[in-house]
Amino acid sequence: MAKTKIKDIIANPESRREYFLPGNSTCQGCGLDMAFRWAMKALGQNTVMISPASCSNVVTGLWPKSAPDWPYFNMAFAGAAAAATGMKHGLVTKGKGDYNVLVWAGDGGTTDIGIQGLSGAAERNEDIIYVCYDNEAYQNTGNQRSSSTPHGGVTTTTPYGKERYKKNLPMIVAAHNVPYVATASVGDPMDLYDKFMKAKKIKGFRYIHILAPCPPGWRYPAEETIQQAKMIVDTGVFPLFEIEDGNLTLNGKSKRLHDKNKRKPLGEYFNKKNQGRFKMVDEKILEELQMDTDRWWKWIDRFLVIQDYEEK
Amino acid sequence: MVKPKFMEGPLKGNFASAYAAMDADVDVITAYPITPQTTVVEKLSELVGEEEFTERQHVEYVRMESEHSVGAGLVGASYAGARTFTATAGQGLLYMTEMVHWMTGARLPPVVAIQTRGITGPGWNIWADYGDILSLRDSGIMIQFIASHQEIYDSILQGFNITEHPDVFLPLFPAYGGFVLSHTAKPVKRIPWEEAQKFVRPKTPEWPHVWVDGERPIMSNALIMPQNFYTEFRIKIHEAQMNAIPVIKDTMAEFEKTFGRGYGNGLVVPYKCDDAEVLLLGYGGNALQAEDAVDKAREQGYKAGALRLRTYRPFPKEDLLHYIKKIPYVAVMERALAFGSPTGGAVSTDIMAICQRDPKARNAHIVPFIGGLGGRDVFLDEQIDQIKILYELKEKGEVPDRKYKMWDTFWTGLITGDKKVEVENQEYFGDI
Repeated sequence: MAKTKIKDIIANPESRREYFLPGNSTCQGCGLDMAFRWAMKALGQNTVMISPASCSNVVTGLWPKSAPDWPYFNMAFAGAAAAATGMKHGLVTKGKGDYNVLVWAGDGGTTDIGIQGLSGAAERNEDIIYVCYDNEAYQNTGNQRSSSTPHGGVTTTTPYGKERYKKNLPMIVAAHNVPYVATASVGDPMDLYDKFMKAKKIKGFRYIHILAPCPPGWRYPAEETIQQAKMIVDTGVFPLFEIEDGNLTLNGKSKRLHDKNKRKPLGEYFNKKNQGRFKMVDEKILEELQMDTDRWWKWIDRFLVIQDYEEK
Repeated sequence: MVKPKFMEGPLKGNFASAYAAMDADVDVITAYPITPQTTVVEKLSELVGEEEFTERQHVEYVRMESEHSVGAGLVGASYAGARTFTATAGQGLLYMTEMVHWMTGARLPPVVAIQTRGITGPGWNIWADYGDILSLRDSGIMIQFIASHQEIYDSILQGFNITEHPDVFLPLFPAYGGFVLSHTAKPVKRIPWEEAQKFVRPKTPEWPHVWVDGERPIMSNALIMPQNFYTEFRIKIHEAQMNAIPVIKDTMAEFEKTFGRGYGNGLVVPYKCDDAEVLLLGYGGNALQAEDAVDKAREQGYKAGALRLRTYRPFPKEDLLHYIKKIPYVAVMERALAFGSPTGGAVSTDIMAICQRDPKARNAHIVPFIGGLGGRDVFLDEQIDQIKILYELKEKGEVPDRKYKMWDTFWTGLITGDKKVEVENQEYFGDI
């Protein structure tokens, strides 16, 4: 992928424009804020978002204030993918079929309560972009466990650490054979920007899973968001990749992390000194987390092996 | 112009729904099957591909994966300004409930046909019972009870003129008995396309209060603090319900003037009320049958009238009081049970409330009857007995007893000791 440089962003008035306006109520160091900013720079004005219950409903402004400078519809928790489906079909009948219709959902709204609607829309190959900004818990309501919370993570409903593992949503969506699935991290905004640029040109169902660290929920100092978002990639815990029509490509730093030895040790990330929510992570949990990380990479391997086989 | 495959003849109630939606020129249909609604969405999936329609209409038909998504899809499409339609029943409506509230809160104008069905919970039931639609009594939707096949078609065709009226902007849910009307066939006349389009409200590029436009971005449904306008927004929904009363009447009057058939004033449908001494008040198919009961009773010397409640929300207070004041002996027959309510019936409770607030109706006798739950037949004899009960009350001054009276409500068709009931497996059930 031709990587956009920051100077290209600055040179282009369209991408220089800020859509997510000041005065919004995001926390200091909010990862979601950055995701909004960079996604909208790529998507532009003719974009409409449907957002189920999540942080984004609240940080975009209490009534009558509004921070998004694009059409923005808050939606019921389980209804986002279906509402976006209807929105797209409705716009088609009204001669506005060229709009980018997005779902902008948190990990709870995606991996838990919204997965049925997501799966339905993906199976129908609706012409929408589904974005999950993943802060690994219900952060809007004060950090309760979701199925995207990592193993061992302490939340207000898993005070002794989460027993089960993070649900691998990108691979679940990929199993629907949709045209585009990608992961991105706010720690690599150019990669994120490029993925939205690419996604908006593709027709059909597109899924982008953005890792968006949350200082109050994850318990780290607000100034470390970028660092955290980079570290989770560097350790291989959250690989950056895109799957276009079933072909997987590793992106950014994850390209060279296929070699396990090049990844940073997991203990640097899953460490209570790094993030307070990992205070219950001991040797045993760390081993299990290593196993889980390897499992994520095995999924990637499967794609790569299939591609390799098909090439031969 | 392709010749339509069907213009008039015997038609299943559910097919009447499907044709009406197409003739009302809907833009987006979201669909998910449920008994007894299935044939609506099946028929629509055919019609959207038939040449008669494709040559003049573009309909987006979306096969959703649940009723919740059907509701959310309607909301999304409606936000975009599209004319939207779906149908559901029973459990499907319950599953859609959250999005039904959304439609009213967002002031969106879909029309949703309901093939009423007993609520499963457990006691699995798929037959006529208005408990499903009445569970949304307070959601802000407009509810109409439909009694005949032709009326299904006519009501849906009128639907968007009401829902998209600038004073209203609320969804309309016309409801008819599952299987009783949905799966039976009776003569239905479609209205030719050009004539229908002259009647149906012209489309607009967007609604006055919500739109999708990158140049004029809006944010919908932001969190409102208690000191802001939440209360006022809710009252606006109530106001829209009140506004809908004249709109429903006007729409029915215009329809009748244009096409030569109508259903009362759109709110209530009286039958032989002019000289009646007692009144059978009901809704849906049972209320139509009550007209037969009135005829039979009149042969026996009972001067009864029937009043069919056609629009339940908004509640046609004035129209009901008009008849109740003249005929103060009223049997209210309901095919739904509101557990724990004053009478067991939502409608009879409402009627008692309006009588209480009107000095001239305060002494009216409102006698609640509940029956036909889960599709159990309500027989003509039982309705004639309701008339007799009203006469006994009129003559003796107090509500008479029956074996099927409990908690001051008559439970029509209840299996009681003196009632011979043919049960398939008598041995298993023993004597009832």
